[in-house]
Order: sequence, then structure tokens, then C-alpha cells
Amino acid sequence: MGKVVVVTSGKGGVGKTTSAAALGAALAQRNEKTVVVDFDVGLRNLDLVMGAERRVVYDLVNVIRGEAKLPQALIRDKRLETLYLLPASQTRDKDNLTAQGVERVIAALRKNFDWIICDSPAGIERGATLAMRYADVAVVVTNPEVSSVRDSDRIIGLIDAKTLKAERGETMDKHLLLTRYEPNRAERGDMLSVEDVLEILSIPLLGIVPESMDVLRASNLGTPVTLADAQSAPAQAYFQAARRLAGEDVPITIPGEKRGLLGKLFGWRAA
Amino acid sequence: MTKVLTTSRPIRLKGRSFLALVLTPELPLGDWLMRLDDLANRSAGFFLRRPIVLDVEGLEVSRHELKAFIDELALRNVRVIGIEGARASLLGPDMPPAMSGGQPAPDFEAPVPEPAIEKPEAEPVPAVQAEPQPIRPVPSLIIDQPVRSGQSIIFPEGDITIVASVASGAEIIAGGSIHVYGALRGRAMAGSMGNAEARIFCSKLEAELLAIDGLYKTAEDIEPQLRGRAVHLWLEGDTIKTSTLN
Repeated sequence: MGKVVVVTSGKGGVGKTTSAAALGAALAQRNEKTVVVDFDVGLRNLDLVMGAERRVVYDLVNVIRGEAKLPQALIRDKRLETLYLLPASQTRDKDNLTAQGVERVIAALRKNFDWIICDSPAGIERGATLAMRYADVAVVVTNPEVSSVRDSDRIIGLIDAKTLKAERGETMDKHLLLTRYEPNRAERGDMLSVEDVLEILSIPLLGIVPESMDVLRASNLGTPVTLADAQSAPAQAYFQAARRLAGEDVPITIPGEKRGLLGKLFGWRAA
Repeated sequence: MTKVLTTSRPIRLKGRSFLALVLTPELPLGDWLMRLDDLANRSAGFFLRRPIVLDVEGLEVSRHELKAFIDELALRNVRVIGIEGARASLLGPDMPPAMSGGQPAPDFEAPVPEPAIEKPEAEPVPAVQAEPQPIRPVPSLIIDQPVRSGQSIIFPEGDITIVASVASGAEIIAGGSIHVYGALRGRAMAGSMGNAEARIFCSKLEAELLAIDGLYKTAEDIEPQLRGRAVHLWLEGDTIKTSTLN
């Protein structure tokens, strides 16, 4: 049975889609069969970030409405045979997403994949709540600035209230993925520090992805950053996060950070 | 005619408090009486033989109108034993006496309609019936999870204790006091049901809004030296007082 991970944030533009694609590609490179599902019906992006936009025939809404079979809608990545994409519909309305339909698709994916990564749309509406509804684990993507942190806090509240796990009285594991982090600016106080964010959100840290031009470059090439340049700092951060997600005990570092912060970083090993 | 006192025993005046129902009429009085009739229809005999105090504070009526209103109530078997909040000029010797110094007591719910028909031979009800007040512990609510942005914790019955932080955009509304053993970044409203004795305590004050008994302070009004400190807030008259706890 596969594990369902929702990548969510509340706020838009913090790096959900980039992170979903990068984590998906990193997990697939561990030889674990991974599918990344785009829940952003009407504003799909994941196909572009994964470089599959010219191969989309059927999508999630088609599968939910019974217009296509699940294998017809799944797109296999050309570079990694363990990586798949289930695209969102660009033309349909998000009202086509129904709880029963999503539950059926997720149940079918669980049987065929090791990892099901759900890329949530921004906001707290239907798309976002359905993306998290059947998840086992949540990755909360947050930028080190106050509005992103507050929206993440709101999303964590919804994860604890509106998901199937919550309704069954269980608690969902939630992990913080801090993206676009700039140690210099955090040190100057221009940006919240890792400690500030952890103190406010009080969930364990999955990884710190430094701000980098490599992310934008990979995105424009249609390649997840973990496939584009595995040696780059953000790719290293995502590889670390993927290992932690898979249950490995990996100390938290900020890849690309040359100064000796290790002593300080030791205290973050919360994930 | 003169009477000769045979004993020198004085008459003793004793004080005793009873629970009376307070009615607060609103203008126009005609409409209000219609609503009262509706209530009386649904709970027959509810006002019968119960002591009623009329609270007319802020009600703009003349002495004549008030007298006529009390007569209307009498027609409905509502016996007014006193009038609260009336100017002296409103009351005459033929009207119930003025009352003051009432203590608030729990609100009264009109009972659901009972099929019982008022039987004249029913057991006599004492003229003044004090409601028994069972001793109940003051309820409190304890939350040991962070209160997230967008969440509201509402507990009008009593105190709320939070053994975690309250996020920006979250709100805590308590009938009693609020205790936060963590950072208070959202809104905290204590004494929300009208309780000036309620207080707010927190380990780290970063609040967006603080209110006690309807009086509030926004983040801008909070003294900057209190930010980030453990703080205790209470009400003195119409001002919120603050002090640090460490």
C-alpha cells in the first residue's frame, strides 16, 4: 500500500508545485514508484514543471467523471520510469472534484504506487481540502515570512480538523518544508529565522531549501530540480527531505551553506 | 384613638434576599406586550404569582405611560413588586417601590409548554419563591494543542486554559478568564458574557486584540515594553490594567 503525501501551504507562490515535483522525482530516484497528482483544477502547472505538458490527454477530472480509465490519464516521465504524473484539468471547473471521486482515485493509486504526492492548490477551498482529505502525511511548504507562516498555521488547523484521519480521531503527521530560505537575510532580520518559524508552527522540520536560481531554471526547463542538477543546493535539500520522508534519520543542514552552523543546526533535528 | 403599648418589645426588621425575575420592557411598549403575550401563551402560568421586577433603565416613558403599562401587566397576572432604574419622578405612591442594588443571577429560560392546566386547588405556591441555587463548580476548558490561525475557541461557561500557543488570526473567547501558557499572538476576549472580574494571563504577549468585558485594546494600544513578556491583564473601572509576571 502506497503512502499518500499532501504538499500544501495555504498561500500561493511559496513553492508547492516545485516541491511536489522535486520530492516526487527524488523519491522515484530511490527506485520507489511515485505518482505526483495535480489537484489545481483550472490552474494546472505541474505538467509544465515536470515537462509533460505536451503529452496530456486525459486528466484527474476525466477519471473522476468516468470518462477515462486511470492508466489512460497517468503520464510516465521520460527520464525516470518510476515517476508518473496525474495532471489536473485546465478547462473544467473545480466543482467536478468530488470527495467520493477523489477517494476512488486515491484508493486505486495506493494499490499501484509506493508514493502518491498530492500537489494542493493554494487557498482553503474545495481543491485544497480534497487534496489533503485522504493523505497519510502532510508536507507544509512555508517561506520565512509572516504571511506565509500564518497561512501555513491555518492549513495545519484544517489538516487537524477536516481530513479523514482527523475525523477518525487520528492525527496526521505534519512536516515543515521551509523554502526560499536565505541564511544571510535571516541573520540580518530581514526574514524570519528557522527558529522563529518552528516556534510559531510547532511541527517537525522536514528540510530547508535555500533560495536559488537553480529552482527557477529547472522550472523553466520543465525538469524537477532533483532531476535537472542533482548536485545543486536545492536539489540536495530535496533529496534530504525525501530521505526523511521515507523514514531515514538524516541531520538537517542547509545545503550550500558554507559557514559552520552545524552546532546550531543540531537543535533542529525534530523530524 | 390611642393604643397603649403593653410591651416594649421593638419590631425587628430583617433583611433577606430572594430571587426575582427581571423584565426589561422595550419601546414601543405595545409591541413588547404582544411578545410577552406570545411567551405567556407558550408557557402558561409562567409569570403567575412570581415576583417580577421591572427594569426601566433608559426607557423613555412618562409617569402616566408607566402606570398604564403596569396596569396592563397586572391584567396579564404579572405582579410587579418593584421598579429598577427609574427616575424618582416616574414613581408615585400608587406604584411599586423603587429597587436598587440588584445582583446579577443566572438568566432564566421560560419553560417549554406544559399540558398541565392550572388547577385552582393545586398546592399553594409560596408568594415569594426563591429558586434553589445548587452549588456548581465553575467550569473550565483546557486545550493542550496549539490554537491555529482561523480557529476559534469559544467557552461562555467559564475559564479557558491553553497549554500551547495561540496563533495570529486565532481567537479565544471565554466567559471567564483566559490563561495561555505559550505565546498569545491572536485575539483573547475574556469575560465575554459581561464579567468585569475576568482576567487574561499569558506567557508571551504578542496579541492582536485583547478584551475584557467588552473593553478592548488593539495591538497598537499595547505598550511596546509588554511585547514578548509574560503579562497579566485585568479591568479597573473602564481601563485595562497590565502588569508583567516576571
